[in-house]
Amino acid sequence: MSANLLAIFYLISGVLFILALRGLSSPETSRQGNLLGIIGMAIAIGVTILSVGNFSIGFIYLIIFLLIGGSIGAFIAFKIPMTAMPELVAGFHSLVGLAAVFVAISAFLKPDIFNLGFPGNIKIASLIEMSLGASIGAITFTGSIIAFLKLRGIMSGAPITFVGQHYLNLLLGLILIGLVFYLCKTQSETLFWTLIIVSFLVGILLIIPIGGADMPVVISMLNSYSGWAAAGIGFTLENTALIITGALVGSSGAILSYIMCKGMNRSFFNVILGGWGATDETSKTTSKEQKPVKNGNADDAAFLMKNASSVIIVPGYGMAVAQAQHALKEMVDALKKNGVKVSYAIHPVAGRMPGHMNVLLAEANVPYDEVFELEHINNDFANCDVAYVIGANDVTNPIAKTDPQSPIYGMPILDVEKSKSVLFVKRSLSPGYAGIDNDLFYRENTLMLFADAKKMTEEITKNL
Amino acid sequence: MEIDPFIFRLSIFILSIFVGYYVVWSVTPSLHTPLMSVTNAISSVIIVGAIIASLSGNTENIFDTANIFGYLAIILAAVNIFGGFLVTQRMLAMYKKKKKDK
Repeated sequence: MSANLLAIFYLISGVLFILALRGLSSPETSRQGNLLGIIGMAIAIGVTILSVGNFSIGFIYLIIFLLIGGSIGAFIAFKIPMTAMPELVAGFHSLVGLAAVFVAISAFLKPDIFNLGFPGNIKIASLIEMSLGASIGAITFTGSIIAFLKLRGIMSGAPITFVGQHYLNLLLGLILIGLVFYLCKTQSETLFWTLIIVSFLVGILLIIPIGGADMPVVISMLNSYSGWAAAGIGFTLENTALIITGALVGSSGAILSYIMCKGMNRSFFNVILGGWGATDETSKTTSKEQKPVKNGNADDAAFLMKNASSVIIVPGYGMAVAQAQHALKEMVDALKKNGVKVSYAIHPVAGRMPGHMNVLLAEANVPYDEVFELEHINNDFANCDVAYVIGANDVTNPIAKTDPQSPIYGMPILDVEKSKSVLFVKRSLSPGYAGIDNDLFYRENTLMLFADAKKMTEEITKNL
Repeated sequence: MEIDPFIFRLSIFILSIFVGYYVVWSVTPSLHTPLMSVTNAISSVIIVGAIIASLSGNTENIFDTANIFGYLAIILAAVNIFGGFLVTQRMLAMYKKKKKDK
């Protein structure tokens, strides 16, 4: 196959990938988009195999390894529960990162097969590109592993910080730049391995200070990194499909990080440089005085909702933890039978990854046209009878609008307090992730339902 | 005067960033999770590098270091490609519109 024809095919797969993302602009076109993505991938793999044209024993191994990886992937894809989506995505990111590192290593060891020169005499431009790809890939790999461990609960979600952390990161960053510089000068294999190892370390150090609820930003950021790593390798291999894809994924992740940061009213660097509630914030909450709360049970909640004309459901991470989405859907169905109008309000940072709540609700067969984003539903709280807050906390805290001292001041908030009554399903009065008390708990029109989200929802359904 | 091919690739790269920017802003927020899983799958097109690494070179010794890394990368990328596209498909299949008859 001629190089030009090959390049055209790669361009076609690049375009198909663009269309795959474009399809996601609405749920109706999304499935077709995904199919186009699959076709794009098949073309890229197919023409690459044909272009190498080596169908000896190596090809057999290639197919075997492809099938091994493919069946592992397919198995995971079908078995994974929807609540585990965040850690799955983090895990997948780590694989892209590591794959980028491995490809860069191959290219470094055997530059001749990629037309990059010869071992010990690799083109400087290629060397810079592959070091970038390897380094970003390595950071993505270890960073995603840490994110995965935190999301999975194997590692505590609490931020890990120590004195001089930022200086250490800065130092390591400078070391990385120095290593690339000397690598270009000496072409030394040792330097290349050192570069990868230091990058692994940077990935770990970058993610450990970030707390559990900032994970939406971290996942999006790692998504972006995996894209830039792919683009770096794409430049090395002079491959258009890889360059286009890398740019797409890179900017996609960057936009998602931006949306998540905006949802918390924090700057990107604020999130990256360490979590909330890590140091000074926790001390404030310990001194809180006991205020009276209205404590309700499933009976009261059922009575309130049955007599309401409209109910807005506000799900949060707690719903995912309790796996309460199916129970919630049953409750909503029972309410609808009683003629109650029900809609769902989703805060941009609800859950542990962008769109987390939407997927869970979709899993429970909630039609997507009943689910609304913050800006589309926030005005409706004023006309709604009951707001049912299940597993959310900070995103409903009115203090974000009133108290400039509060760490969440300025964060966009669901105006739950404007509805006639608020039902709060929560296990205790403990503060949310930001470590601040929620004023809403003590309001006249709030009824606290202290229970597991799933059990309480099921009980309410029984009482309807 | 001839233009370095690198400049062409750089142009593609920069333009693709802009395409990505506008396309991703048009993605509806409720599909942000499938967006992440599908970008994951497509970034595994890095497998093309792995394929070249593992298939090229002399045929007598198909398991030298560079090839081994190529094969490893193939496994990793394949997990991602199949896992990413299939889980996206599974998620997207769940997004349903309200039924009229209810």
